[in-house]
Amino acid sequence: MKAIYVMWLREVKRFIRSKSRIVGALGQPILFLVALGYGLGPVFQKAGQGNYLEFIAPGIIGMTIIFTAIFNGMQIIWDRQFGFLKETMVAPVSRLSIMFGRTLGGATVATAQGTLVLFIAMVAGFRPVSWLGILPALFIMLLIALLFSAIGITVASKLKDMQGFQLIMNFLVMPLFFLSGALFPLDNVPPALLIVAKFDPLSYGVDALRYFLDGAATFPLALDIGMLLGVTAFFLVLGSYFFSQMEV
Amino acid sequence: MANIIEVQNLTKAFGDFTAVKDVSFSVEEGGIFAFLGPNGAGKSTTIKMLTTLLHPTSGSIRINDNDPVTDSDLVRRSFGIVFQDPSLDEDLTALENLELHGALYGVPPELLKKRIEELLALVELYDRRDDFVRDYSGGMKRRLEIARGLLHHPKIIFLDEPTLGLDPQTRNHLWSYVQKLNADEGITVFFTTHYMEEAERVARRIAVIDHGVIVAQGTSDDLKRETGTATLEEAFLALTGSAIREEAGNSVDRMRSHLQMHRGGGRR
Repeated sequence: MKAIYVMWLREVKRFIRSKSRIVGALGQPILFLVALGYGLGPVFQKAGQGNYLEFIAPGIIGMTIIFTAIFNGMQIIWDRQFGFLKETMVAPVSRLSIMFGRTLGGATVATAQGTLVLFIAMVAGFRPVSWLGILPALFIMLLIALLFSAIGITVASKLKDMQGFQLIMNFLVMPLFFLSGALFPLDNVPPALLIVAKFDPLSYGVDALRYFLDGAATFPLALDIGMLLGVTAFFLVLGSYFFSQMEV
Repeated sequence: MANIIEVQNLTKAFGDFTAVKDVSFSVEEGGIFAFLGPNGAGKSTTIKMLTTLLHPTSGSIRINDNDPVTDSDLVRRSFGIVFQDPSLDEDLTALENLELHGALYGVPPELLKKRIEELLALVELYDRRDDFVRDYSGGMKRRLEIARGLLHHPKIIFLDEPTLGLDPQTRNHLWSYVQKLNADEGITVFFTTHYMEEAERVARRIAVIDHGVIVAQGTSDDLKRETGTATLEEAFLALTGSAIREEAGNSVDRMRSHLQMHRGGGRR
């Protein structure tokens, strides 16, 4: 338990201290909110879909969380390169608790970053359908963050160095984001795209966020939460296995 | 005295390459043992097996009477290690690095606080305890790592090329500290180095490994007598030949050069 706590604390401390990273990670969401939210807003409105800013705000929050969480999981590679990983690997604690601590830490950080973007979206004019919906939305954000922290750690356990990072960004993170329905409604897309989106766990995360923040959703809420929990559990188990097999 | 490290017929193969072949040696409790060999001889692989980071292909290891494979946590509690490469979290302060280590090793908080103060004073870093490790020099990082390796009062300390890249002042300081620790606390010291004069001066027993095989062991005088040489360096060269070894560039090296190119771009 103590090991989980100290590994969690380490992630949180590093996050709070890296002001440039916090601010840097806000640039992209702000750009998306402003350029797409305001830019495509009129077209979206004319197509009879309502307010685009309201629509993409949950998607942009989801994007922030997936980027932050996966990047945080990939920190294992840095720790391997800079040697700190060895320090945790020779410690007399189970690798499972090290992995859980890191996952929880990464998820906390990603949720915090997502909450910041929620505030920024409100400054930009986003209004949640009900203020009470924010609490369950935070819970959904934490679930999304846990899911992608676990994926980040699973992937990073298998990579030797940061050379693979671009590959992960372009062939995992970007597709997960763009195919999730974060930017467009999944209601009327071609069937093939819908099928792809149904395999993307972020779709369910963004959908559940829309349920609580916009009051409208594509999938049933139970399916959203069930998928998030199921996929998270799967990657926690897989990531723990890979992590325990890792040699430094 | 009893042997605190007992290695018998240890072998480690990676695919069809055998890094360590049928190696046997022992280190007595309270001893200072130097493990010497050219680059790529199998030193680090052996240390990784002794410290639970790698599983042997065959053979047996007893560390403080426990098996690193089956009783890894008991073995992990019994040693401290200073790795060849730095292994500190540079984004934490010196104090935080030590606190994290103490928590991982289950040192009770009050005791931890006391030991941290003692050890930081000892390695002369107490005044810099709240500085981030990234602002430390190479020598300071090494000293901090040694303090960290001793924090949980291990019975054995592994030092893998601890003096690499340090100036003579820091090296001398480090060895006198390690010797004092060995004399006062009875901590067993297991180290590797490429500086033969260090091994000659500090180690009470020496093993020389080459191509994964132990080619000689004994005291420094034994090795010199065996090879008919005057210094340990000559004995070492007589035992291992003078051909320069090649070691495959590992991912760390590739990474470091990559980092140089993208300094400040990718890292957090």
